[in-house]
Amino acid sequence: MVDHIILRVTRYRPESEAEPTAREYEIPLRKEWSVLDGLNHIKDHLDGTLSYRWSCRMGVCGSCGVTVDGEPKLACATFLEGYAPGPVRVEPLSNFPVVRDLVVDIGDFMRKLPRVRPWLVRPEGEPQAEGEYLQLPAERAEYEQFSMCINCMLCYAACPVYGLDQEFIGPAAAALAQRYNLDSRDRGASARMDVLSAAEGIWACTFVGECSAVCPKGVDPAGAIQRYKLTAAMEALKSLLLPRGAR
Amino acid sequence: MREKADHTELRPGPYRPRVSIFWWVRRRSYLLFVLRELSGVFVAWSVVFLLLVVGAVVRGPETYRRFLDVSATAGVLLVNAIALCFILLHAVTWLFMLSPRAVAVRLRGRRLPPAAIGAGNLVAWMLASALVVFLVLG
Amino acid sequence: MEPFLWLLFSAGGVLSALLIPALLFLFGVAFPLGWVPPPDHAHLSALLGHPIARVVLLGLCVLALFHWAHRFRYTLSHGLRLKHFERVISLFCYGGALAGSAVAGYLLLSAW
Repeated sequence: MVDHIILRVTRYRPESEAEPTAREYEIPLRKEWSVLDGLNHIKDHLDGTLSYRWSCRMGVCGSCGVTVDGEPKLACATFLEGYAPGPVRVEPLSNFPVVRDLVVDIGDFMRKLPRVRPWLVRPEGEPQAEGEYLQLPAERAEYEQFSMCINCMLCYAACPVYGLDQEFIGPAAAALAQRYNLDSRDRGASARMDVLSAAEGIWACTFVGECSAVCPKGVDPAGAIQRYKLTAAMEALKSLLLPRGAR
Repeated sequence: MREKADHTELRPGPYRPRVSIFWWVRRRSYLLFVLRELSGVFVAWSVVFLLLVVGAVVRGPETYRRFLDVSATAGVLLVNAIALCFILLHAVTWLFMLSPRAVAVRLRGRRLPPAAIGAGNLVAWMLASALVVFLVLG
Repeated sequence: MEPFLWLLFSAGGVLSALLIPALLFLFGVAFPLGWVPPPDHAHLSALLGHPIARVVLLGLCVLALFHWAHRFRYTLSHGLRLKHFERVISLFCYGGALAGSAVAGYLLLSAW
């Protein structure tokens, strides 16, 4: 006799309704099942019209972000057993426009990401014959934590500043900028500063800290942002106090 | 003449829920955050109160004594008791939760864990408080 | 401007966290309630007579006021969703901090 659990899933079909509604589905409660397994069961056996994103089902692709009982979570990394006896609310990720059911429009993040130049910026015209860039383990440790970001956007869903002001650059973009700023092979810190130091850059952050609390990969974007505030402030002080030649 | 074609209506845009003005009541972590930020108001009150103390001392022993009496009245005492709670909230969050994560301190090449910075802050806090008490009480 | 305001905010945060708890405890709670006998006027007057004490107090007051200003500005702007009034809010907050600093400066520097 298999246990069951009810998933209360948000449904939104823009062609036929103006607002999302909740629909309950009773699914088997298997010991090792995640919320994603539950959604797959619904789609395969109960209601094929349910739309949601997923891919790797093991917490590395960042596709399956949803809101489970009010908390931003990866559906594949959230286990139903912990929510028994239920019901479990499954809603789309907060702070993003809902396209359909659990699918949100992540265009805002996709437009913000290139603005922080999340790649190694090197001076123009370096010949390849010079060989590869060398990096010590200690140098790699400087940025390694911030390189763990899987772009799942749970941090944007948790960030109240982003919820209030979509112009805010946001935790993941800032953390990824820091990942490259702190990389010893990178020469792009000044190129990124304009974007990060803008009013809607890191200065809009008030260190709520929720982003780091929900990050499934331990990136600590809040820490990245606060550290960058100090860096940027020191740079601003230097450019104010020191004559041009000394900088 | 074609009949009205069988087509799907143009879809409205994606759904964007409104953010309520009480967004910060919905989650405990948000509520704690707003309380933490409101402690700033009591920092300002403390400055005002301290300047009142200074003003009373400057004007002479009689004014100072009257000021001590006023600060013992129920209303002022209540405000300061509440203020003290918020000041402690500010100190605890600032010294042990916020600043340890906001700086990267390096010792001999390795980064100090936040707990170590918090411990350092605790020592600094105790020393500063002891100094204040020693100076004020004489 | 933002980086400098943030630096003032941070400095104010550290100073107020380290010094205000003891000060407020003594003058706001312990002396009024009689838990600790308050110092006599002569002692406090002598303490405040010391230029270093006045400078430190002035630094504390100014930085703590700017700490409040920066934090309150964002609380109003984000917390009450008043982003449209950003200019007015900033004027009120930083202006208030400046005014308070002027009062503190007058009290602590010119009264001796």
